[in-house]
Order: sequence, then C-alpha cells, then structure tokens
Amino acid sequence: MSTATRSLPRTIGAHAVLLTYTVIALFPVIIVIMNSFKSRAGIFGAPLTPPTPKTFDLIGYTTVIGQGDFIHYFQNSLVVTVASLFFVLLFGAMAAFALSEYRFRGNSLMGLYLALGIMIPIRLGTVAILQLMVASGLVNTLTALILVYTAQGLPLAVFILSEFMKQVSDDLKNAGRIDGLSEYTIFFRLVLPLVRPSMATVAVFTMIPIWNDLWFPLILAPSEETKTVTLGAQLFLGQFVTNWNAILAALSLAIMPVLILYVIFSRQLIRGITSGAVK
Amino acid sequence: MGALNIENVKKAFGQVEVLKGINLEVTDGEFVVFVGPSGCGKSTLLRVIAGLEDSTSGRVVIDGADVSATPPAKRGIAMVFQTYALYPHLTVKNNMGLGLKQAGTPAAEIDRRIGIASSMLSLEPYLARRPAELSGGQRQRVAIGRAVVREPKLFLFDEPLSNLDAALRVNTRLEIAQLHRRLKATMIYVTHDQVEAMTLADKIVVLNAGKIEQIGGPMELYNAPANEFVAGFIGSPKMNFVDGARLGETAKTIGVRPEHLTVDAKSGAWKGTVVHAEHLGADTNLYLDCEKAGLITVRIFGVYNAEPGATLYATPDPAKTYRFGADGKVLK
Repeated sequence: MSTATRSLPRTIGAHAVLLTYTVIALFPVIIVIMNSFKSRAGIFGAPLTPPTPKTFDLIGYTTVIGQGDFIHYFQNSLVVTVASLFFVLLFGAMAAFALSEYRFRGNSLMGLYLALGIMIPIRLGTVAILQLMVASGLVNTLTALILVYTAQGLPLAVFILSEFMKQVSDDLKNAGRIDGLSEYTIFFRLVLPLVRPSMATVAVFTMIPIWNDLWFPLILAPSEETKTVTLGAQLFLGQFVTNWNAILAALSLAIMPVLILYVIFSRQLIRGITSGAVK
Repeated sequence: MGALNIENVKKAFGQVEVLKGINLEVTDGEFVVFVGPSGCGKSTLLRVIAGLEDSTSGRVVIDGADVSATPPAKRGIAMVFQTYALYPHLTVKNNMGLGLKQAGTPAAEIDRRIGIASSMLSLEPYLARRPAELSGGQRQRVAIGRAVVREPKLFLFDEPLSNLDAALRVNTRLEIAQLHRRLKATMIYVTHDQVEAMTLADKIVVLNAGKIEQIGGPMELYNAPANEFVAGFIGSPKMNFVDGARLGETAKTIGVRPEHLTVDAKSGAWKGTVVHAEHLGADTNLYLDCEKAGLITVRIFGVYNAEPGATLYATPDPAKTYRFGADGKVLK
C-alpha cells in the first residue's frame, strides 16, 4: 500500500479489529494446549494461567501415549482423512470437468443435483446409511467411513471446482485435442495443474470436518480396531470421572496433523481465494 | 496436398443458428482469410474445419476425404490459437514435439523437424525454456512453430495476432506471410481485422450473421464489393453511406469511400462544416457534417489544414461511387 492511501488511525483501527478477532478465535485452542501441560490440580485451580513450574505436568501426554492404542487411532484418522480427501478431489474434479467442459442435455440440472448435498446435511440420512452399511457388511470398517465422507465432501467440491474449471482456457484444451491427447490426458496433465489452487481450497474445506467428526465413527465404526482420534478421546470422558489431563493432551495432539496438512495447502489456498480477484 | 471443400455446412447451438449453410472451396497452397464482425460465425466455421465442433449438417472434405467424423488429431491439420495455448508445464521444445510424439513419430525425426521450425522462427535460444519465461511475441512464435513441425495439410489460425501489441502485430503478420511463401501450405486464417485480411490473403471470405457475403481477392473486394455490408467492412476509414433519396438518386443508398472524395473551400457537390480533423501525417481524416449527405468522412493524402467549424465542399469521384438497391446489393 502506498503512503497516499494509508492513514494511521485507519491502520490502527483495522489492526485492532483483526487482532481482537484473532484472540477470540485462538482463545479456546490456547486454553486447551496450555492446560494439557498442567497437573489436574493446576487445571482446576487456575484454568486461565499458563503452566508454572509448580503446575507443569506431562501426566496427560504420558497417559495418552501409555494407552498404547492411541497411535492406532491416529493412524485410523489419518487413513480415513487422506483416503476420503483423495477420492473427493479425484471424483469432484472429474465431475466438475464434465460439467464445465461438455455440453449435454440436462447439464445444468445435473450440476444442481450434484450440488444439492451442500444444502442437505448428510446426517439426516444416518439411519439409512447405517442400514446400508449393515446390509453390505461394512460396519466397523474404515471403508464405511471413507465412503460416507467421500459422499459428504463431493457436493462442495463439484460446486467450487466446476466454477474454476470454466476459467481454464478452451484454447489450451483444444490445442491438446489437435495434438492428439486423450480427454483423460487433457484433464490430468493440462487442466488439473491449472486448478491446483482451487483444489487446495477444496482440500482444506473437506479435510477439517472429516478429521473432527465424531458422529459417523461413533455410529459406523466404534470398534477398538477402527476408532478415530476424536472417538478415542471419548475414552477418557467417563460418566462419573473424567480424565481432563488425558483429554486435553489427546485434543492437542489431534490438532497437529490437520495443522500440518493445512500449512501444506495454505500457500495454494491463498492463491485460490484471491485468484479471479486479481488478474 | 491441402485442398479443402466445405459443403453446405450448418451449425446450430440449440435454437440459435450460427452457420447457415456455408459452401467454400479452397485450393492447395491458398491463403484464405475469414473476416467478419464478432459473432458472425467465423471462429465456429474454423472450429468445424478443425473438428473441435461438430457441424449440424454438411460435409468437410480435406484432400478429397470426408473428415466430418474424423477426430482433430487425425485430420492432418494444425491450429494456432489467439491465446497461444501453450502447455505451461512443458518446455518450448516439448511443446512443439508433443503432437508428433503422440502420433508415434521417431525421436530423431521429431528433433529434425523442431530444428527446422525453430531456426525458421528464430526460436533456438529458447528451446529449453517454459512458456512462462517467454514474451507474448515469442509465445505466439512457439505456437506457430508447434503448428509447423506437424507438417500439416492445413494450417488454421484463430485470430493469432489479437493478443499482441500493435508493433508486434505487424512483425508477426510479416512472419506469417513469409512462412506461407516458404511452406506453400494451405492456410486458413480467422480475423476481425480487415487490415490483416487485406495484407495476408490470397482470398478473403467475408462472413456476416452465419452467411458468406462475398468471396474474392483483396482488391476485388475493395473495388467491386457485392453489397453494402462488404463495402462497409472492407476499407478504413469505413465507406460513407448516404441516403439516395436525400441526393435525389434512384438508388436506396449511395456509397463512396473517404479516399474517393475531394474537398474544396469554394465549390463542390456537398456543402458541409468540419466537425473534427484527425492529422496522421501521411493523411488527414476530416469529418464533415453536410447539408445533403449528413456526417461523412473524407480522407485526404498528406497534410490538410482545416479547423472545426470551417465550411468545406466535398465532391465524390463519380467513377468510384457505389449504388446500392433496397436489398443492399450493388446496382450495376
């Protein structure tokens, strides 16, 4: 910004608003992380203070790590998230390409149908989904979760990606056709690299609800073998006694993988959000 | 090698008819330019020839073979696009070689052809670069090179100069003309710019609203336009059209090109006031508001000093005045 368009009071005002928002947004996360490093007495005595030498305690983390299965829960979560993400991006992009590239009867109706899922929460169909999974013998498998999450993520992916695919130059695709590239090669080699930023946007929006979901793991895959991290953390939540140290530690650990994936995607994400606005 | 026949090609998008029955014959080695205003169907026609768009009815015949059902890659054509359409992830060399590679051409042959094309277009220093590292003019040369290496029967150009700046446009136009002379290949070139059409073409096809208005050589179109549309489209500044009734003529419209009018300060056919004068050095464009003829443009070669508000008399050259009937056609 040039000095001509910048005024000091306005800059201060903008920063104040943004900082306040950041503090509000980060507050719960920081409380969780802070308290995960404190002893039980420390958590209840002064929940808002950072750990002091007196209250510092790693008991939560040792409980979580000691509870051998937790690594396994992490693995489950990671498998489910990454696999669902992969299928959402693959099928979403392919559907978006077909909708934006080919003229066929019912094209816009099909687009509307595919986007309908954005407006209707998939949880409304939980009973039917459970019956389906029981009938097909998929209860207590990660496959069940991956299938459900893929279905859940697809509408938004198709909706966002088809908008971006429309912006890819027709000339480029036609040049590929004249050079004898197949439609698949055109899609994977020419179009996908160009919509990478929007893919990252979709990836982030898809990934976070999947990682954090408690509902479907609880209903479709509650067995010890297939528990995800969010479900696993419930282990420490008893009807009469709750192990807060362990829960907070488990939640803090659960933030890490999403944070890492987010950092990977975020550079692309910013380009995805601003592209179209600039240039 | 490279004759093209278009037989009664029609194309409709839903209810909208974009091409209303096009018949055209292009002989081997010809440089044919499709010209017309935006939305006249010239690009659609080119895409039908390329096979990127299916025609609703009619046949496209290249070298005697009906290619209406042949995919673009098998038609023996190459196309240069307005937006260059280079593959962003490939180097210049691979951009040019991709089509041949897909067709299974041996690597040595690909290298040989790329060598010839890149020296022809002076692209040798850039072969290892990616399109993002090239300027606009260089990118369009790569796109032309990509067409050249395919050694096609038919070159198709879709407004290749529209994205270039004015100076570069003239240079690239020259290069395309030289390329045609050198390769002696059949070329079809789409543009909305009548200057490009006049300077490049052996044969110009003027299209309007999905129909061919006239086919002919540049000078033929300039000197003997078939109708009002062609007369107004070819030539710059545009031909002046005057209502015949106002001049006491039997023809519906009288047309006279700005360069076929002379002006005089004292006497002449049409008395008018100077509205605006454009001084270009080599010539001067005067806009005159005439009592009888309305607003007309006069092009005078060289410098001519006229202030807005001055009174001038314009006289059309009777030998170069066109008379159009009520249907827009030229009256003989």
